[in-house]
Amino acid sequence: MSTPVIELREVTKSFGELEVLGGIDLEVHEHEAVALIGASGSGKSTMLRCIDLLNEIDDGDIFLDGEVITDPSVDQVSVRRRLGLIFQAYNLFPHLTVLENVVLGIHKGHDVPRPEAEQKARELLAHFGLEGREDDDPGRLSGGQQQRVAIVRAFATRPRAMLLDEVTSALDPELVGDVLRAVRELKDEGVTMLIATHEMGFAREVADRVGFLHQGRLVEVGPPAQVLEDPQAPETRKFLRRLLEAGRA
Amino acid sequence: MDQRRDQRAGTRVAAGTQTSSGEPLGDRRGERAAENKRRERRGLLISSVSTVFVIGGLATLILTSPGWEDVQRTFFNWDVFTETFPDILKAFWLDIRVFMIAEVAILILGLIVALTRISTGPALFPLRLMAAVYTDIFRGIPTVLLVYLVGFGVPALVSSSGTGNEFGSGGPFDWLPTDPVVLGGFALTLSYGAYVAEVYRAGLRSVHRGQREAALAVGLTERQAMRHVVLPQAVRSVGPPLLNDFIALQKDVALIAIIGVTGEAFRQAQIATATDFNYTPLLGAALLYLAVTIPLARMLDRWDRGRVR
Repeated sequence: MSTPVIELREVTKSFGELEVLGGIDLEVHEHEAVALIGASGSGKSTMLRCIDLLNEIDDGDIFLDGEVITDPSVDQVSVRRRLGLIFQAYNLFPHLTVLENVVLGIHKGHDVPRPEAEQKARELLAHFGLEGREDDDPGRLSGGQQQRVAIVRAFATRPRAMLLDEVTSALDPELVGDVLRAVRELKDEGVTMLIATHEMGFAREVADRVGFLHQGRLVEVGPPAQVLEDPQAPETRKFLRRLLEAGRA
Repeated sequence: MDQRRDQRAGTRVAAGTQTSSGEPLGDRRGERAAENKRRERRGLLISSVSTVFVIGGLATLILTSPGWEDVQRTFFNWDVFTETFPDILKAFWLDIRVFMIAEVAILILGLIVALTRISTGPALFPLRLMAAVYTDIFRGIPTVLLVYLVGFGVPALVSSSGTGNEFGSGGPFDWLPTDPVVLGGFALTLSYGAYVAEVYRAGLRSVHRGQREAALAVGLTERQAMRHVVLPQAVRSVGPPLLNDFIALQKDVALIAIIGVTGEAFRQAQIATATDFNYTPLLGAALLYLAVTIPLARMLDRWDRGRVR
């Protein structure tokens, strides 16, 4: 099998006394979408933040295209330029227009000349249904539109892999569909993705594999049909049963 | 009371039936508007009457009091005002220039100090320490003391170190300026730079850390993230407190009068006052300071209001 785009080997991470990641092993292959499910605090976000080097891991290694990226000697900026992270709270730049939000990373982060960067940003914004909003303040957009801008912003530089951190959790229910459509679009483009999500239906539909995180450990990884319909681990069963009772599965 | 409530309920029901049958809404909306207007008009009337009464009363009291003529002669003397004001106004131009130049220097100094204080590199530790000591010391010293210290101290240093020859020159500190205007502006910059640095620092801290992370995530370096994402937001958020410091500085420019700056508005007014013990010129100078600070204060109010929206 070819080299995975993202690979984690025995990754551990603690915040003080609290162990958030307790030895994670995971591979994400080219064009593959892996969904991470699990309760709040199970370590999904931390895992994504560690891959994008926003948090430092304690032990283990993370590889991007076969290169270790978690050594202190590695240039973090060049690693982040090959990844795209989308935040739960969008984190758009409120002092910039929608267009400038997208242009900043292309132009300053990837040294693409400004006119070219702008053209690329306009095309992508239009493609994701944001035509006509280029000059708006991000704050004037709906949550769903803001998150789509964030998706465009992260995708605009064609990263090797995209990391999606609960991209629909801050949205009103009626806006979730918009954003999920955009993610499906990415999937259709063959983008390699690691998706932390609460949307089981979405995980089932988009993900090639689903991983269940429980207290910092990947308890179960497999095709959605197996993990979500016929879970083997008792923790997964319990989690899914509780979701079902809450009417969210 | 009860009767009235019943009546209202009755009206509401009636209005409800009317709407459902497609007829125009009941008169409740019109009634409410009329009542609100009545109240508004009554409030306006009351406030007008009370204002006339209070102000008029105070004016009468002051103008008819036995000492008023003396007060008027000493502080509100029209002849003295027209005679001295043109010179004071001319002198005020120096205040404005010192204010503007010092303000630019303060904004730059404050920003450098703030950025140094929030830096994290180990090599910058000594600079960080110096920046922290600077803000602590210069915020703690009265501005008037600092103006005095710099304004008289530096020329004293230059002249005492140059006593080797008869012209009082050739000493190691000859390059230092001795113009009191420059030294006064320098002292004001040192003092206000410390305040402004803290204002900037608060602004930088107020930018959510997710903003820096998002900037890094799109591939910016730490420096680019600061310059393009964090700093612009920080500066925006501290506009009003900065303007507040401008207002204070504009007044404190008058402090340079104490180190012998001539041709400054307060100094000019002092001189005019000294000739005949009439204090009208000082009030003339006060008017000039107000002419700048009040518009600035209104600007600040509008800015603050605009931000809440």
